[in-house]
Amino acid sequence: MAHEHKLEIFRGAWKFKSNVSKIWGVFTFLCIVTAIEVVLGIIKPEMLTETRFLAMKLLNWIFIILTLVKAYYITWDFMHMRDETSSLRRAVVWTAVFLICYLILILLIEGDYIYEVYKNNYVKFDF
Amino acid sequence: MEATVAKTGTEGKTWGGGNRPLNASYGKMMMWFFIVSDALTFSGFIASYGFSRFKFIDAWPIADEVFTHVPFLHGVPAPMYYVAFMTLVLIFSSVTMVLAVDAGHKMQKNKVIWYMFFTIIGGAVFVGSQAWEWATFIKGDYGAVETKGGKILQFLDTNGERVAIAEFAEFLPATRENHLEKNGIWYDAEPETRTNYSYEEVKAGFLANDNLLIRTQYLDENGEHIVLSREASIAKLENDGRLVVEGANLKHNEYGHPLFADFFFFITGFHGFHVFSGVIINIIIFFNVIIGTYERRGSYEMVEKVGLYWHFVDLVWVFVFTFFYLV
Repeated sequence: MAHEHKLEIFRGAWKFKSNVSKIWGVFTFLCIVTAIEVVLGIIKPEMLTETRFLAMKLLNWIFIILTLVKAYYITWDFMHMRDETSSLRRAVVWTAVFLICYLILILLIEGDYIYEVYKNNYVKFDF
Repeated sequence: MEATVAKTGTEGKTWGGGNRPLNASYGKMMMWFFIVSDALTFSGFIASYGFSRFKFIDAWPIADEVFTHVPFLHGVPAPMYYVAFMTLVLIFSSVTMVLAVDAGHKMQKNKVIWYMFFTIIGGAVFVGSQAWEWATFIKGDYGAVETKGGKILQFLDTNGERVAIAEFAEFLPATRENHLEKNGIWYDAEPETRTNYSYEEVKAGFLANDNLLIRTQYLDENGEHIVLSREASIAKLENDGRLVVEGANLKHNEYGHPLFADFFFFITGFHGFHVFSGVIINIIIFFNVIIGTYERRGSYEMVEKVGLYWHFVDLVWVFVFTFFYLV
């Protein structure tokens, strides 16, 4: 099985000699990403917390994007998604991504709407 | 490829799992089914957390004011460090797991045993850390007063530093009678869990110390809590104060909105339960490896399947970490 692993990450920019060294490479990468997140979370640079993009702080966008990057490498390399057939990959990833995006979209819009009602109307009931 | 196929006696039986649709064995495919459905469950929880947070966007606790503790460093505010440590522990145990899977492909039994062992240790350290984090959160640190409307009032000195209620509350000797059997045999439960200080004691202490101010649960445009003036603080405390809150539970939360505590307990609890069950399953597989079950079967695919589950637990934590501690 070992010879069947795809041993390159970052679209072929980083190739590994063996599956074990690839695992350590991915681990290093995940550690670096986590370290960046933690450092940003402690410092909270003014520039990133004050700028907003699509109603969300730039810093939060960075956190979410880095999280998705980590999720990608955990799934692709630790869970061996990279070595599965593309049809299995799509069946798992597209289903989940579509449903989760839809759920997040409707719930966040609804939550923001209720916030506006609380704020601008005379409804204070804490439900 | 042949070496990894588990001989389960179903070869060639299409409806018995003998075929390999999408080139994945029956067990692996079922594990992916489970992971997708469990991922949707967790997304439901995290999205509903987002819903409640958006609903109370201007009154939500700031996570790095809540989780500031590190074991053995009492009183040193260190936001994020401990949870970053927990994240690394979980990612590292994922690495040892995937190394165990890799060693399994090469049929190296001893390596599988050691890597599984480290994975189990990592999982146990993580669950222990989470228990500690819960205990710290439940215990609380500064204490607060809850208003009649269920909002939280926290105390600051004029320098803007948080002050614990234990530092200024006055001791008022209260006449607290013990319930005796001659007054009736039924035990009447107290309406709330008793706190160390009563609302009257905190109020008296607050009025006696001129340098104390109240910080509300609400945030201004910059995401900072709104601090009231001394006069407004006194008026707020006297008119709206109702009870003292120390720490957090499902009904009251000294850090802010009670929903924050509810979601914290529910989501990290559900995740912690996954880690716990993952550790149990890993232990079972660990012993199976030791007694040579998979060596005889000629395939370590079971290790790969529990590995999938274990990585999934790590994957969920990555999201919990972002949405509870960072964003």
